[in-house]
Amino acid sequence: MIATAYAIPDVLVFLTSALLILVGAVGVLAMRNPVHSALSLILALFGVAVAFVAQSADFLAAVQIIVYAGAIVVLFLFVIMFLGVDRRETVRVEPLVGQRVFAGVGVLITVAGLIALFARSHWVTGAIAVSSSGQALQTGSKNVTQIGTAVFTTYLFAFEATAALLIVAVVGAVLLARRERAADAEGSQS
Amino acid sequence: MNVPAAWYLVLAALLFGIGAFGVMTRRSALIMFMCLELMLNAVNLTFVTFSRTLSDIGGQAAVFFVMVVAAAEVTVGLGIVVSVFRRRSSTSVDELSEMKG
Repeated sequence: MIATAYAIPDVLVFLTSALLILVGAVGVLAMRNPVHSALSLILALFGVAVAFVAQSADFLAAVQIIVYAGAIVVLFLFVIMFLGVDRRETVRVEPLVGQRVFAGVGVLITVAGLIALFARSHWVTGAIAVSSSGQALQTGSKNVTQIGTAVFTTYLFAFEATAALLIVAVVGAVLLARRERAADAEGSQS
Repeated sequence: MNVPAAWYLVLAALLFGIGAFGVMTRRSALIMFMCLELMLNAVNLTFVTFSRTLSDIGGQAAVFFVMVVAAAEVTVGLGIVVSVFRRRSSTSVDELSEMKG
């Protein structure tokens, strides 16, 4: 399998996305200014979108750019600038002794375990049943049709539940942001 | 022939590891949220990879729902960060120790 020559464009796309993802993710960790971290996060999310396109998930790549890089990161930036917390965090000081070492060891064990799991097991264990019943994935506008059909038939109840979840989230966010102001108004009146 | 799924899965494992390391070591609540997003994206990448390998659209539908839940989580989480910052004028999670027994 390793001897098989892979198409060079596919390999290039994979390397591009891997580079974007890893550089962006390390940037989120290493940058001391939260604004720079948020911008690195855009890089990593864009890399994931590239990986989505390469794996025939066109609709999700578009949603990834619009929702993640567009909405969520802008929300992060808005909060950073709203709070004025863009001062630098002192990364050098370790408040808990050995925290980084323990975290590094734990992460190493986790990642090594995951990769060992990947390497020792069949990729498509139990997959034959799924793949024989599933419809082949399509790209482009066909992909939107396919995922739309799945969401509005098989996963209809989950989809309705997400609508309720979004309403709850919006109401919760408004409540969290407004309560303080009402308390301030009461405090100034009394 | 397309790139094997293993490459993408290893990439997703690395991304998850970096995100987990960030959640465990950084102290600013905002950066921890960003690292959580990285971990969610690693899982999404795994979902899409298996969706391609098994040619099952269900994986992509799951990613769709993960994105919706992530958006809701970020909205509420940042609301909490804002209201904590108003009281404590800090987003460092080390200083939130009022509920300590």
